[in-house]
Parts: sequence; C-alpha cells; structure tokens
Amino acid sequence: MGLLSDPNRRRALIGMLTRLNAPICMICYMAGVAWFMGLAFEPFTLRTYMSENAMGSTMVEERFPAGERALATGREFAAHKKKTGGMPVDWLVRTMQARGLEVYTQRFSRKLPFPDEDKERYMVKGTNVYGILRAPRAPRTEALVLSAPCSPGNENNQAVGILLGLAQYFRSQIYWAKDIIFLVNEHDLIGMQAWLEGYHHTNTTGMDWSPLQGRGGSIQAALSLELSSDVVTSLDLVLEGLNGQLPNLDLANLFYAFCQKIGVLCTTQGKLPRNDWDTTSGYSHAVQTMMLMVLKQASSRPWGDHGLFLRYHIEAASIKGVNSFRPYKTDATTVGRLLEGMYRKLNNLLERLHQSYFFYLMPSLTRFVSIGYYMPAFGLLALILLLRALDLWVQLSSPPTRTTEDGVEVVPASPGVLSILTPLVISHLTGVALYTLPVLSQELAVEHFPVSETEAVVLTAIAIYTAGLALPHNTHRLLAGEGTEQGWKVLKLVAVLYLAVLLGCTALINFSLGFILALTLVPLAAFITPHVPKTLSAVVMVILSPGLTLLFAVFFFQELQETPVTLQEGWMLYLSVISQGILDHALYGSLLYPLAALLVYPCWLLFWNILFWK
Amino acid sequence: CARAPMYDFQEELVIRPLHSGDIYASFQFRTVWDADFMGDQKVSHYRLFPKSLGQVITKFSVRELHISFTQGYWRTMQWGQPYLPSPPGAELWVWFQDTVTDVDGTWKELTNVLSGIFCASLNFIDSTNTVQPSASFKPLGIGNVTDHSFLRYATLPREIVCTENLTPWKKLLPCGSKAGLSVLLKSEKLFHSTFHSQAVHVRPVCQDPQCRTTSMELRQTLNVVFDLHTSGQGKREWSLFKMFSRTLTEACPLASSSKVYVDVTDNPQVRPFELSPATPLLTQAVVLGDRRTYSVYDLTQQASFGSSRSLNMLLRWKAADGEMLRPLLHSERYVAGYGLQAGEIHTLIYNHHPYRAFPVLLLSAVPWYLRLYIHTLTVSSKGKDNRPSYIHYQPSKDRERPHLLEMLLQLPPNSVTEVTVEFERALLKWTEYTPDPNHGFYVGSSVISALVPSVVAMDTNSTLDRPLFSSFFPCKEEASYFMRVYTEPLLVNLPTPDFSMPYNVICLTCTVVAVGYGSLYNLLTRTFQVDEPSPGLAKRIANVIRRFRGVPLL
Repeated sequence: MGLLSDPNRRRALIGMLTRLNAPICMICYMAGVAWFMGLAFEPFTLRTYMSENAMGSTMVEERFPAGERALATGREFAAHKKKTGGMPVDWLVRTMQARGLEVYTQRFSRKLPFPDEDKERYMVKGTNVYGILRAPRAPRTEALVLSAPCSPGNENNQAVGILLGLAQYFRSQIYWAKDIIFLVNEHDLIGMQAWLEGYHHTNTTGMDWSPLQGRGGSIQAALSLELSSDVVTSLDLVLEGLNGQLPNLDLANLFYAFCQKIGVLCTTQGKLPRNDWDTTSGYSHAVQTMMLMVLKQASSRPWGDHGLFLRYHIEAASIKGVNSFRPYKTDATTVGRLLEGMYRKLNNLLERLHQSYFFYLMPSLTRFVSIGYYMPAFGLLALILLLRALDLWVQLSSPPTRTTEDGVEVVPASPGVLSILTPLVISHLTGVALYTLPVLSQELAVEHFPVSETEAVVLTAIAIYTAGLALPHNTHRLLAGEGTEQGWKVLKLVAVLYLAVLLGCTALINFSLGFILALTLVPLAAFITPHVPKTLSAVVMVILSPGLTLLFAVFFFQELQETPVTLQEGWMLYLSVISQGILDHALYGSLLYPLAALLVYPCWLLFWNILFWK
Repeated sequence: CARAPMYDFQEELVIRPLHSGDIYASFQFRTVWDADFMGDQKVSHYRLFPKSLGQVITKFSVRELHISFTQGYWRTMQWGQPYLPSPPGAELWVWFQDTVTDVDGTWKELTNVLSGIFCASLNFIDSTNTVQPSASFKPLGIGNVTDHSFLRYATLPREIVCTENLTPWKKLLPCGSKAGLSVLLKSEKLFHSTFHSQAVHVRPVCQDPQCRTTSMELRQTLNVVFDLHTSGQGKREWSLFKMFSRTLTEACPLASSSKVYVDVTDNPQVRPFELSPATPLLTQAVVLGDRRTYSVYDLTQQASFGSSRSLNMLLRWKAADGEMLRPLLHSERYVAGYGLQAGEIHTLIYNHHPYRAFPVLLLSAVPWYLRLYIHTLTVSSKGKDNRPSYIHYQPSKDRERPHLLEMLLQLPPNSVTEVTVEFERALLKWTEYTPDPNHGFYVGSSVISALVPSVVAMDTNSTLDRPLFSSFFPCKEEASYFMRVYTEPLLVNLPTPDFSMPYNVICLTCTVVAVGYGSLYNLLTRTFQVDEPSPGLAKRIANVIRRFRGVPLL
C-alpha cells in the first residue's frame, strides 16, 4: 500500500499496467488455460483419501448372499410392470410388506410447460412406492435412502430386484442405527422431485403430490441404483447434481474403497483410472475424464436421480451398472455386497458427511482437484477483466484533451446517464423476452407455423436470441444522438465490471460453468471496441456468444464420449439440449436457463452494442 | 405410639403379541408404603421401599416424581397403544410440595442427584430445557394441586439408554434381580430388542377407601418389544426362554402378588392362539378403551410351575397380515423446508374415530436456538382453520429458557389436524456447539394428552355377552380414557462453522487486519504534501566538496 500512497510509484505502476495491458492480458489468458489443462496432470493432483473417521477405520463385513434371488425378484417385477403397463404399485406394496417394511405410496402429477419429445411425456401422472425399514431402538431421527427408478421398457428391473433383495436382507439385521428408506420412483426425476418435495413439504416447482404418510427423520445420505443387466463389468459413479452441486467427496471415496475391497471395476464418467500418467495417452485420458465432468457440471442438470437430493443437503450419488464387452463380469451378489458395505458404513456415521471437499473436479476416480487448486485458473481469467477495467478507468479519468482550431482546449462532455442506461435496459429487456416468451408464445407459434410445441419453444428462443443482434441500431434510433468516444468507454467499463461480477459469482457456485463462460466471454470483453474491423469482429463475437458456446459444447461432449455426431445430428441434439434446459428449469429449478437468458446474454449484448457504437 | 408402617409389594408381567408379529412385554413392580413423607415426622426405617429414593423424596419435598428412560420409538401404527407411553430419551417431571420455596434451585439439585442414582445425564437438565406446563401434566396421585409453579418438566431426547441405566433401576427392586419376575431382566436380551423403556413413578395414593391417610406408591415399569422378524426367521412363535433366555421358577418371596398375564383376546377369525402350558385362569379387563382377555399365571401358586418346577410359556399364532393399524389417535412430526436459515415444524395429529370429535392438549417445548415465529402458527383440520380454544405460549429467552407452546385442540372425527409453525435457526457461539455439531440438534418430542373415546363404547351393536339391561346406553364402561402420545423427536441441523477452520480464520483475519486495514488506515489518515525532492547522492557529495572549496552550493 505504500506503493499506492506514493504518487510517483503509483503513477509508474499504473503507467506500466496501462502500457502493458494487452500483453499482460494475453499472458493471463494463456496462463489460465494452461493452469486448467495442468489440473489433469497427475503430479499436480491429490490422491483421494477418506476424511471421515467414522468411515475410515471401522471394518464391516459384507455378507449379502441372495443375488440370484434378487434377480428373480427383478424378473417378477418386470413381468408385473409389463402387465400393468407402468408402475406395479400393488405388487410392490405387497412385496415390500412381505419383507417387513412399513410401506407407503405417494401419487403425483405434473403438466410439463411443453411436451418433452426426448422422453415423450407431457401430462405426467405416477406413483412412488417406498418402504421404511425401521431401525431397532432408534427414535426416527435419521434415515438413509436407497432408490431405484421404475423405468419404461426393460430398463432397471435388476436395480429394483437388488433393492428388494437388500431390503429383505437388511430387515433381518440388528445393527441398523438409522432408518433405511427403499424408494422406487416412477418417471425418474419427476417422481424423485415429487418425493423429495413431499418429504420436506416444500413446493418449489408447482407439482401436485399427495402428502407422505411416513418419514424417517432427516436423511443423511442417499444412493440411487441403475442396473439393467444381470451381470456387470463395471460400476460407474455419477456425482453431478442439480446446478452443478456435488456430494461430499467422501461419498466417492467410500464407493471407491468398497470397489477396491470387493474387487469390482469402477469408473467415473465411464473412464477407468489409469496409471500411465507420464504418457501422452494417459494424460489425454485424464483430460477427457475431467472435461466430461466439467461439461456435465456446467450443464447444471441432474445426471442421475441422486441429483435432486443435493438441494436438501443430502449427500447423494448414482451408481450405474455398465455391461460392456470385457470378459470379467461381476454378478448381482457382489453388487449387493458392495451396497451393503456402503450402507453399513453410512449407518456408522455419527455426523452427516462434511469432513471432505464439496468443491472438486475428478480427473479420475482416484485423483481429485480441490477448489484451492482450480480456482486460480479462473482467477487468472477474471484478472483480465479487472485489468481492462483499470485501463478504461485510467483513460476516463485523464481524458485526452482536444485542441480546436481556435486553440481552445475542449474537454469532451461526460456522457449522459441515458446513453449508458438505455443499452443496459434494452438488452435486459431482450433477456426477459428470451426468458419468458418461448414458453408463453408456444400456442401462438403452433397456430401459425407447422411445428410441434417443443420445436416452437426452441425455435422461438433461437429467434429472439438472433433478433437481439439487431438491437444496436434500434438503440441508436431511440437515443437520437451520436455515440461519443467517452460514451462507449463508460459503457464498456460498466459491461466489463458487470461481466467480472457475474462470472465471479457463477464460478463460486458452479466452477465449470463460470470457467467455460469466462473462456469465451473474457477475450471478447477484452478486445471489443468500436474501432476494430466491424465484419470480422462481428463474426468472432457471434462465434464466442453463449448460444454458440453451447453448440460447441454439445459437439465437444459427444466427441469426448466417443460418440461423434454429424452436423445434422449435432444440430438436432442442440435443439433438444435447449428444450431440455428450459424443461430442467421448469421441472427441477435448474438455474442455467434463467442465468443465461437474464444475465449472460444481456451482458454479451452490451459488448455487441459497443461494437456497433458508431 | 406409632404403628409400624405397612408395606405391600406386587409384581406383574403382561405379555401381548402385537399386530405386527412382535412381542410386547411389560413389567410392573409396585411398592406401597404407608408412610407419610409429606408430614413432618422423619422417616428413617426403610424396608421394601428403596432408601436412596426415599431420602431424595424427603429431602427435596417431592410430591410426585416420574422419570423414564427410553431407547427407541413406540410404533403406534404397528403396535397399537403402549400401557405406559414414554418419549425417546429421558423424560423427567416432578411435582414439588407447596412448602418448597425455591423450586428452580430444588429442581436443579434433584436432577443432579437423580443423575447419580440412575447413572444418566440428567444433570444436563437446566433452565434451557425445563418448562412448566400449564395443563398437560396433572398430578397422577391424589391431591388437588393446580398451581403449576410447583411442576417442572424436562426431556433429554439425546439420552442413550443402556445397561448402566438398567442396573441401578434393578437395584431399587426389593428382590433385586435374584428372584421373582426380575430374574428375566437380563440386559443382553433386553437390549437386543426393538424398543426398550424403563420408568420410575412415585406418587401418593390413598391408603384406605375413605382416603384418610396417604401412602407412597413406587411403580417401576419396564417395557420391551422383541422383534421376531430378526430373531425368529419370521415364525410367529415365542417362549419366555426365547425372549429372556431365562424361565420363571418362583415368585419374589416379598411379593404379596406375583402374576404373569398373557393377552389372549380371542379373535377367532384372525389369530388362533396356542398357549402352553394352558391356564384355567382367565380375566377380562378394559385396557385403553378396549376389552381384553388375559390368561393369568399366579406365581405364588406352586401349581403354575407344573412338574418341571419352572414356567416357560410357549405361544404360537398364525401370521397376521402386515397391514398397518388405524389407532384412534396418533401423530407425526417433521421439519419441512430446506436450507440452513429457516424451516417449519409440522405436527400432524390423526383422529381416526369415525364419528366422535375429541379434545387433545398439545405441548411442545422447543429449544431457544430454533426461534419460533409464533405469528406463523396455523392449525387446520380438513382444510379449514381450527382455532385452538386455549393457547399458552411462553417465548424463549436466548440461552435461558425454551419456547413452551400448549394448545387445546378439538380434533374433528376422521381427520388430520396439522399444526405448523415456522422457525429460524440461530447461529450459536462457537463454544456452544456440541462435540459433533454436524450430527444436528435435537428437539424433544411433543406431548399429546387426550381423552379418547373408548372402543368398547364405540362398539354399539355388540350385545352378545352383555345382558340387555346393561346395553341400552352406548357408553356403558369407561366412555373415554386418558391417553398420552409422544411424537418423534426432531433432529435439526444448525448453521455450523467448519471447526477445522479457526486456525485458517485467525491467520486470514490477522493478515487482512495487518495488511489491508493498516495500509487503508494509513492512506486515509496521511496528509499528502508536495515535498522538495531530496538531492541525489552525487549532488550531495558534490555539495560536500563545494563546501570544502568554499564555493556556493548547488
């Protein structure tokens, strides 16, 4: 600070920062990207370790014997599911009761804002069935949840079978200290949302559900099981939940520890951990795994039924059985024993999981990057915005004086509030239109154009998004004045600081989303002035706009998943991703769509405005 | 000359096969002593009455004392009503005599002494979890006390009950665990159960029908529910030996009555019983509004033990279906909402009576760190507002006393009454957190006290075994009975700091203060002046040389 209180040195420092602004920004950007890529390099990451003492040192034995019987139950479930053409509620209630559980059902119904073409549903009606295994001598204050979805077709029958098998086995054990809730939810996430809202008696999304009759106190942890084959080659752990929330890392550690103990192959993002970090292929494998996690987290949607638990501060993860072409297979008994072990350890918990990290990235299941390591990558990008803001501030506070022909120095008038406020207000109104109109105007669109409701919503959104590009001209007509040199600088200062705050807040909540947005928006924010070549810059700006970022992310994600798509397929996927994003917001309260429409897009429009200032 | 005080000791065990297939065993040991503790004469000679308890009662002028330790939650939906309800954890309520001047001080001392007697953490009872209910807890013994300033009530929902509480409880029995029914009380079996509750009740009772003098009654009760599903592989069959790993061989020699009752209420459609050895003695009693039939084994009769000189009852019955009961009154409580700032406590009270409304008293004591917003209190039944006819609310004081909310509610027939109140979670001082703060903080059970219409009275067309003259008015036997229902305790998470952080926080704070605040303060308070630039080193050397030479300085 002595540096700043000395006017000479302050001047020198600021002089240096303004003079070298562009190179420093370049270096920061490259350093930020390099730092981020370095996160996947194994020597820079930490090995996962169990932080929770209650789970670390205690030994449990897994004795679940009845995998075959569980699979038979699963087949029976499948038969009843086929017969009733949906959730076999009566059969499930009877079966759970026969296993000595307290069984309850919950009915729910939900009308989607527009038809979901991916899952072919619009008016959703369903029933959740859950059975509570009451722990002996426990006062109903704590519970654990094991859930399996009742999916259409032939999916997840084995998961329900194992759930019922475990229920039967757990019922005959004496050591439970927490109630265990076995939940079979219909219509995957919608059913889960209804159940969780019913359990916690909240209503955030306007769903209709019947109140729950039985509860087990505060839920400490939850696992969701998805299994569609009798044998599996590996188990995949899914962590990403709603709005990029992640469960405590100890849950992942617990899963990994038991996979190791029992000898099951385990993956995250469908990628096995590898040991050859020093080879190029090993490194690129780690990068792929991490990028998949980043993209999934940035999408802000729940990637499994567990994703909705996280809102209620319940640590949850999904375990998916994968049956690929590997020769070594794991049978249902082993999967059951793995779950038994995990539940016994969770049962031993005194406190809810809190010891380990909540903010992390995983380049493999055995390695993690904590918030302290990945935040600098974002910090370096955000620094660029601050440097540009400083530069603009200095330029504005020492305005270049012009000498007129008479030799009188004229200080340019500072721009009126109106010239700054108008673009701000107009771009935000466009954002509001983008947020509200697609769903509201679907009927109108369906009437006038030969499209379905879903297409209508998506295409309206794209149309409004594109129409926003015509704004600068209209703003000027409204202003009826020439944009001054000072004017765009003030506007840019505001926009740059706005972007910095916006990205900073986003990155704190959802690092991946913040980082991806920063990666595209920061360079754009740094270089845009009204004086750069118009056409070229406009093209670059459009390419770096949030909408196209999403398109690239879709292609990139498919590439990473090793299911590349053609342009045509990619475009269809892009449209469905937009509709899913809007649905996620309406159904589960995902915040990506409002964030993009109400804040990120208007912010980008401000820069678009600056480009067309003159 | 004072006549020697009379003693009476009775022991009793009731066994009831439960609807869900579990077995409920309820022990009661009753000692009556015709001594007047309330009088001024000093009682010093104890026989059957435990001296440790008697001294405490005398010293602290206790009129009535009720203490229970419970591990587990009574499942009303599967098990029906218990004979003696109790909340999970420890519960203590005491009526002091009106001669006590400093009730709070006496209460504090009493809890500490009881803590020692019962090896329990009753010493954690202090002003922050003690309340004075105005209506819910009336004296159970004789005496017409209405001034509730002599009543103290506290629960410790977190208290864990185990062998160390059972041993001192058994020591209070006249026969210890040597003879009589108490030989069955072996902890390795008692704590291998689904529910365990033990209690001590002391109250004054009438000595004779005219009630001229009073006696002190000590009732020790122990209730336990065994789960046949985990131990019996689903077979509906049990015996004394299976439950307690002991059989009965004799009555306690000091007992005037020693009996075992088995609930064999005949319902031929559902559960045919097979009880061996059979007993000719049957008795009927109306318990909790329901007429039940019991087989009685009198342990004072040698015949009960048969030729093997030990009594080991064996009972088989057919599997009952797993459907849940619809008890006339039951309740449910939970915390609604998410996040660590606010929440809502929901209490649901079910009245399953088809046509009868009845009143209940709801008492809830909520710790101060959940700040209740009492203006958000709503009571509704069947979607309509249900205005309580009596509300007693005592707001909390931070770190001093809890919230106390008592309400008299009328439950409409066949309805669910929902009581909701919002709260805000307080941020505790960092030393106030319990050692495992992320476990959560407990809120004790709410108490619902009710006069429930009797099932017997409800049964209007049962004229089978009753003479016609007795059955015209429907409410022949007890028209309604008193019942207490405890809700679940709640586990609430409070905003909890990361306790590994203090070191980091201290470092960070110090750095921020030193660097940030220091230099900002410096910047703000410093006055800036244009300073003559000090001459450079070369210039100064040159000046020194010039001074020597005597030429004007630069």
